[in-house]
Amino acid sequence: MAIDIESRTSVYDEEGRAVEELVLNVGPSHPSTHGVCRIIAHLDGEVVTKAEPVIGYLHRGIEKMAENRTYLQIVPLTDRLDYVGSMYANWAYCRAVERLAGIGVPERAEYLRVITCELQRVASHMMSIGSTGADTGAFTMFVYAFDVRERVIELFEALTGSRLTYNYVRPGGVAADAPEGWLDDVRRVVGQMPARLTELDRLFFGNTIARGRLKGIGVLDVPTAIAWGASGPVARGSGVGWDLRKSDTYSLYPRFDFDVPVGERGDAYDRARVRLWESVESCRIIEQALDQIEPGHVKAPGLPRLLKPRPGDAYDHIESARGSLGIYLVSDGSPRPYRMKVRSPAFCNLALLPLLAPGHTMSDLVVILGSLDPVFGEVDR
Amino acid sequence: MALVDKIGQSLTGAPLVLTNVDALIDWSRGQSLWAMPMGTACCAMELIAASFSKFDFDRLGSFPRPDPRHTDVMIVAGTITRKMAPAVKRLWEQMPEPKYCIAMGNCAVSGGIFYYDTYSVVRGVDEIIPVDVYLSGCPPRPEALQDAVLQLRELIRSRSIAQGREYDRVYTLPLPGGERAGTTDPGRAEAADVLAGRRPKTGGDE
Repeated sequence: MAIDIESRTSVYDEEGRAVEELVLNVGPSHPSTHGVCRIIAHLDGEVVTKAEPVIGYLHRGIEKMAENRTYLQIVPLTDRLDYVGSMYANWAYCRAVERLAGIGVPERAEYLRVITCELQRVASHMMSIGSTGADTGAFTMFVYAFDVRERVIELFEALTGSRLTYNYVRPGGVAADAPEGWLDDVRRVVGQMPARLTELDRLFFGNTIARGRLKGIGVLDVPTAIAWGASGPVARGSGVGWDLRKSDTYSLYPRFDFDVPVGERGDAYDRARVRLWESVESCRIIEQALDQIEPGHVKAPGLPRLLKPRPGDAYDHIESARGSLGIYLVSDGSPRPYRMKVRSPAFCNLALLPLLAPGHTMSDLVVILGSLDPVFGEVDR
Repeated sequence: MALVDKIGQSLTGAPLVLTNVDALIDWSRGQSLWAMPMGTACCAMELIAASFSKFDFDRLGSFPRPDPRHTDVMIVAGTITRKMAPAVKRLWEQMPEPKYCIAMGNCAVSGGIFYYDTYSVVRGVDEIIPVDVYLSGCPPRPEALQDAVLQLRELIRSRSIAQGREYDRVYTLPLPGGERAGTTDPGRAEAADVLAGRRPKTGGDE
């Protein structure tokens, strides 16, 4: 539970002992910071009075590099943005290129995109839930969640040849059609998944220790979530029913029947649990997509080798595992974009840390950071 | 130098293995390489996957221990930016000797996909700390990382601590132009000599 820090900022505590502020540097290499984040935490005893994230330790200049690459060469760079969920940045970028150059996408390719991206959502959320377990001392949860993730990664390996950086979604379609029997494998794995996820729910979210460590930690109210541009499970954990798949629907999502889970209290518990039930909803979408998919082309016909969109700009966004991921592209008519800008949900969600952390203990700071689920490839770009 | 020189029996009839202290220490140091996971980017995901149930790093005696003072090998997994480089170097300096480094993934080997056109990436972690095993891939598979640890184990057994070679290496931070100033690695010099035929290969007759 949050402690009222206003009552604790005096230089003497209740028993008359002198209390002074301690400034503690966490990171940039720390196992609990989920990447190369540095947090400057001001502590009053065990209680955080101020927490300031310092970012930029993984700034690789991807937006600047994109200005020196052709449109097709940028796709591998977008893999490295959000490396827990590479498919999303692929797709968001390709949607922006398709909007900029006016390319249509065959229906089978759209189905393959939906299937892979929903599988990616499960894999990404398993990473987040598992690390929440590790942050609260339940390391078993991490191992169980990673087991689910590993099954998805095996499917991706069969499809794209890579375990992590897929480079699968391309402008105008996908890189290659699914190999023979792959869709049956997906159906088999996805069929087993809801039972596994329910097991995780009972294992972790029903646990007294997990409830004690997560409930009431880092409460984010609805006006703050909206004002600070929070999106994805962070906003939905607070009860903001904002999911681009429904709110600004794209691709084939109107054809599927699925629900958007939202939380009630906006604490770390709700954020983590929203991620778990989103994974179950993703399984529903994949099963419907597997029923509807039909043979056909996976690449738009007549695409030039070298894309040269007419001068102009385009923005498109999709719902990634972390929230609203948008790519803005400006073309000057040359084969390379004039400018690429990434609207990163992880960056916007991480900005909430200084609001949520004060009043909690040092051990809860780690839980709050984990519940925001930042990926620093995307935060720093 | 082989670990076991002779197998025989003692005067009381008990089995006896003859070796020397140097070989025994070299052999045993390679058996339990605790790893400092310096995971900065994408490769860190594969580093985590290698430790978990499917790949099970623990069975090789390698255990991720995120404290530099407890570890033998630093696994640099991911892109090292110019902002991150001083932190990596400081953590490396906090590790006790003898220490080893595995550069995991193309970014740590050479900068990889971020070699060209970017202004913020260190082109290979060997610009700031010495690297013993280079592991390519973007990212490498967990099995490849485990193979790298096994390679490092062979390397440790072939290097004797008695000659004191581990302690006289000098490294400095790169100059702004990216040149590797002041890098003197006797191990590399020796390897170059052996390859050029100037020096006979020594050690490791297994």
